[in-house]
Amino acid sequence: MPLLEVKNLSVAYGAIKALHGVDLSVEQGQILTLIGCNGAGKTTTLRAISGMVRPSAGQVLLDGKPVTGLKPHEIVRLGMSHCPEGRGIFANLTVDENLALGAFMRRDHAAVNQDRQRVFTLFPRLKERLKQNAGTLSGGEQQMLAIGRALLARPRLLLLDEPSLGLAPQLVQTIFRIITEINQQGVTILLVEQNAHMALNVAHRAVVLETGAVAMSGDAKALASSDEVKKAYLGHG
Amino acid sequence: MQSLADNLAHQPARGVRDRVLAQAPWGVALLVALVVHFVLGPVLGPYWSQVATQAAIAVMLAVSLNIVNGYTGQFSIGHAGFAAVGGFTGAAVSYYGALALWGGATKQEGFLVPGEWLMVGGSLLGAVLAAGLGYIVGLPALRLRGDYLAIVTLGFGEIVRVLLQISGPQLFEADDLRSSGFKQWFPPPLGGAQGFTGVPTYASLFWVGLFAALVCIVAYRIKFSSPGRALLSSREDEIAARAMGVNLARYKVRAFVLAAALAGLAGGLYAHTGVVMQPREAGFIKSFEIIIFVVLGGLGSISGVVLAAIGLTVLPEILRDPQRLIEAWGLLAAVGVLATVGGVAMRRSGSRWAPLAVGLGATALGLLAVALVASGANALMRSATGDPQANIGKYRMIFYSLMLIGAMLLRPQGLMGVREVWDHFRRARPAPGRPGGAAT
Amino acid sequence: MADFLQILVTAVAVGSLYALIALGYTMVYGILKFINFAHSDVFVLGAWTGFTASTLLISRFSISGPPPLWLGPLVLVTAMVVCGLVGFTIERLAYKPLRKAPRLNVLITAIGVSLLLQNVGQLQFPIAPDLALPFGASPKRMPELLPDAALLTMSFGDNQVVIGLVDVIIVVSAITLMLALEVLVYRTRLGAAMRAVSFNTDNAALMGIPVDRVISITFVTGAMLAAAAGFLYSMKYPGLNQPAHEVWVLLGLKAFVAAVVGGIGNVRGAVLGGFLIALIEFMGQFVWARTLDQWFSTSMAPTLRDVYVFAVLIIVLLVKPTGLLGTPIREKV
Repeated sequence: MPLLEVKNLSVAYGAIKALHGVDLSVEQGQILTLIGCNGAGKTTTLRAISGMVRPSAGQVLLDGKPVTGLKPHEIVRLGMSHCPEGRGIFANLTVDENLALGAFMRRDHAAVNQDRQRVFTLFPRLKERLKQNAGTLSGGEQQMLAIGRALLARPRLLLLDEPSLGLAPQLVQTIFRIITEINQQGVTILLVEQNAHMALNVAHRAVVLETGAVAMSGDAKALASSDEVKKAYLGHG
Repeated sequence: MQSLADNLAHQPARGVRDRVLAQAPWGVALLVALVVHFVLGPVLGPYWSQVATQAAIAVMLAVSLNIVNGYTGQFSIGHAGFAAVGGFTGAAVSYYGALALWGGATKQEGFLVPGEWLMVGGSLLGAVLAAGLGYIVGLPALRLRGDYLAIVTLGFGEIVRVLLQISGPQLFEADDLRSSGFKQWFPPPLGGAQGFTGVPTYASLFWVGLFAALVCIVAYRIKFSSPGRALLSSREDEIAARAMGVNLARYKVRAFVLAAALAGLAGGLYAHTGVVMQPREAGFIKSFEIIIFVVLGGLGSISGVVLAAIGLTVLPEILRDPQRLIEAWGLLAAVGVLATVGGVAMRRSGSRWAPLAVGLGATALGLLAVALVASGANALMRSATGDPQANIGKYRMIFYSLMLIGAMLLRPQGLMGVREVWDHFRRARPAPGRPGGAAT
Repeated sequence: MADFLQILVTAVAVGSLYALIALGYTMVYGILKFINFAHSDVFVLGAWTGFTASTLLISRFSISGPPPLWLGPLVLVTAMVVCGLVGFTIERLAYKPLRKAPRLNVLITAIGVSLLLQNVGQLQFPIAPDLALPFGASPKRMPELLPDAALLTMSFGDNQVVIGLVDVIIVVSAITLMLALEVLVYRTRLGAAMRAVSFNTDNAALMGIPVDRVISITFVTGAMLAAAAGFLYSMKYPGLNQPAHEVWVLLGLKAFVAAVVGGIGNVRGAVLGGFLIALIEFMGQFVWARTLDQWFSTSMAPTLRDVYVFAVLIIVLLVKPTGLLGTPIREKV
């Protein structure tokens, strides 16, 4: 049974339909990447999965149990963490407080402390800046904070929305390396990316969205070498 | 403010005939005022004429506030403050002017007597003063975010109220006027906390009818001018407004100043209706009353706001003494049944006036129903409290506030929404509301 | 000199109450970005609940003479709990359904709630002879829960400055509550959640923060602080007016001005603004009183207090629209 299963998901903003009938599934322990152009519906898919927008039709199943219609904070409790587009850090809070909020609904303080140490080994920079206001961090540091914070909820499934957006090429490499590392520690990842090249490189499987519907899906390596994907998303071929 | 109305509402007119026709509404306003004064007045009698006068002033206040709160999406809570500025200016001009000119402020009888023109002059002066203050208050606030105008106007109204309270309590007589030195005029003798009494009652149905009609025309022209449409379409979205490329902030300031001026005018007339002008006329409680008219009538809808203002002014009178209406039950029932039946028949034949007839019938039947319910409720309350004067009109503010909350939760666009009554007619729908319908 | 110090004592006492009320305005504005007009009515409700509770308790326990020491704190807690419940109800019924509505609609609803509280507050709910619950249309007098004692008397020549027990109790209780709030907002997880919700509601929900519950708690906290302020105020000024009385509503509005002057949305700004507004109000009266009265040969000085406050508001909005400690507010896109 896949960890996350999305069936026939449709979302409408007023009269405008953003998604019509998206199907996808993420297997336990894998990285699935969702690629597509601007406005293809990638972010909307994530927002519908994590309960931020209410789908007009369709179902989201986590561990085979429907989570559609639950509030976002209830879904977090079930083991899904959503690291939103634009990082979504709280600029008026310190780095420390941001991290603490990541573990907001957890009561197992010892385990939270362990997870904090894990986050600090992944992102040593955060430890240096604990007492600093998160708004004063650089873009790359903010992205690290956002991912670290999401990890503190100890998710089984991590939704990442464009983690490489606006970062220097050097940092993009680092972020993708860390994504792989997180995955190897046992976290299943649903990764939305515009940088299709990098995303297909780290992912096991991939789904291509076009104007709110699934255009292609399959093994990431196979898709990366398919002509259509090469032409449309990898910029060569 | 005239030039503003023209600027905002200039209709491209070709040829002399179009130009004349474009000015026709002003003539219609005059005609309406004459009819109201000479036909409606005698029919209504002195008591209901006074109610009608207050209703017309409520219409002026509500329609002018609608220009700010309805069109621009800004929110003023100091409209009564501007009305009071106009009111006390008008009162002072009329009273002291009459003392200076004619040696006494007793009312001159007749139609269009000099005293009435003094009232008009005073009210216009009040409008100018209110506009000036509106500019001072509105300019900074309107450049900020929406709710700051609410705070600043609220503060403005309270400042006006406090200043009026400390005005000189003793009004001058004719002799004082001659002997008074500069210093006696500070603080200006406007009645202080007791209020300004003795203003001659020149605000006849003619004048309030005329000015109410003029205010409606100005409001209408602004609404359907291009800046007006731009304001309306972007009022709930500051960012869209900025993206439209029009400097809407400038129009918002203009609209606010115009609304303040019209409120001042209404206040000037109000001072001449025989009421005691008290400082509390400037306070936020009075402003809230005007806001209720606007919100329940429909932010942006002129006809909706007019209906709400009339309905909510008349309603307390009905609640206070429903017997008057019940005595006329035969007439109301006859009009109600005939107009409704006629309207239904007209609708079958496809007449576009059908909704009007149905609306009239529903109004008559509605009034009768309100009177009967109120009378029953009054009887209940009187037997429960043992107070022979008890009436449910006392609790109307509870209903109004519940309606305000209910309207925002269930029908945020108000009685009419932004549309006008006739827009609903055009769609050949049944009349959406009747005067006072929202209040029942 | 003595006059000056005496006025200063009053200003500090009243200022601490303004600060308490301002905190409620600023917390709600910080999270929901609208002016909770009904907040000043909750303050009035606090005073009336205090009155009802103390009258009830005094008659129930047949207390005659000076009331026991436990009565004051008990009444304070009662008022806070009752108003907290009212605040909770208001938020759930009137504001929560409008979370996604235009701000103007929420503002109008708040005005509606305010009018409702004012007018329901004028009804009498007779629960015992000579006792109307919770308020009424006629003025009442708050029973004396504290001995009218002077804690400290200083002499300056012929004049005396008296610091009353009431003033000290007011300032101490208010500052205790403010410190408690400071700890809540800046030292606890819940406080961090409140600040997160205030910064971005959607992202806060993604942290697993139950946003609706946090908003409710914020509302209830604000209402409780206002209730405490209302009760404490009625200890110093025992004359209770009917709930829609201008004097009452103006007190709440001045506290609102304090919140704006301090920087709306900023908790520390609200405290600063509270004391500042009270100082301006009372010092303005002190400085101008004699001058104005000589000039105009009337006693207008007391009423002009409100004018100073609103004049300060307009000046602050002109010079620094975000208030003294406020940060620029981002328009939500």
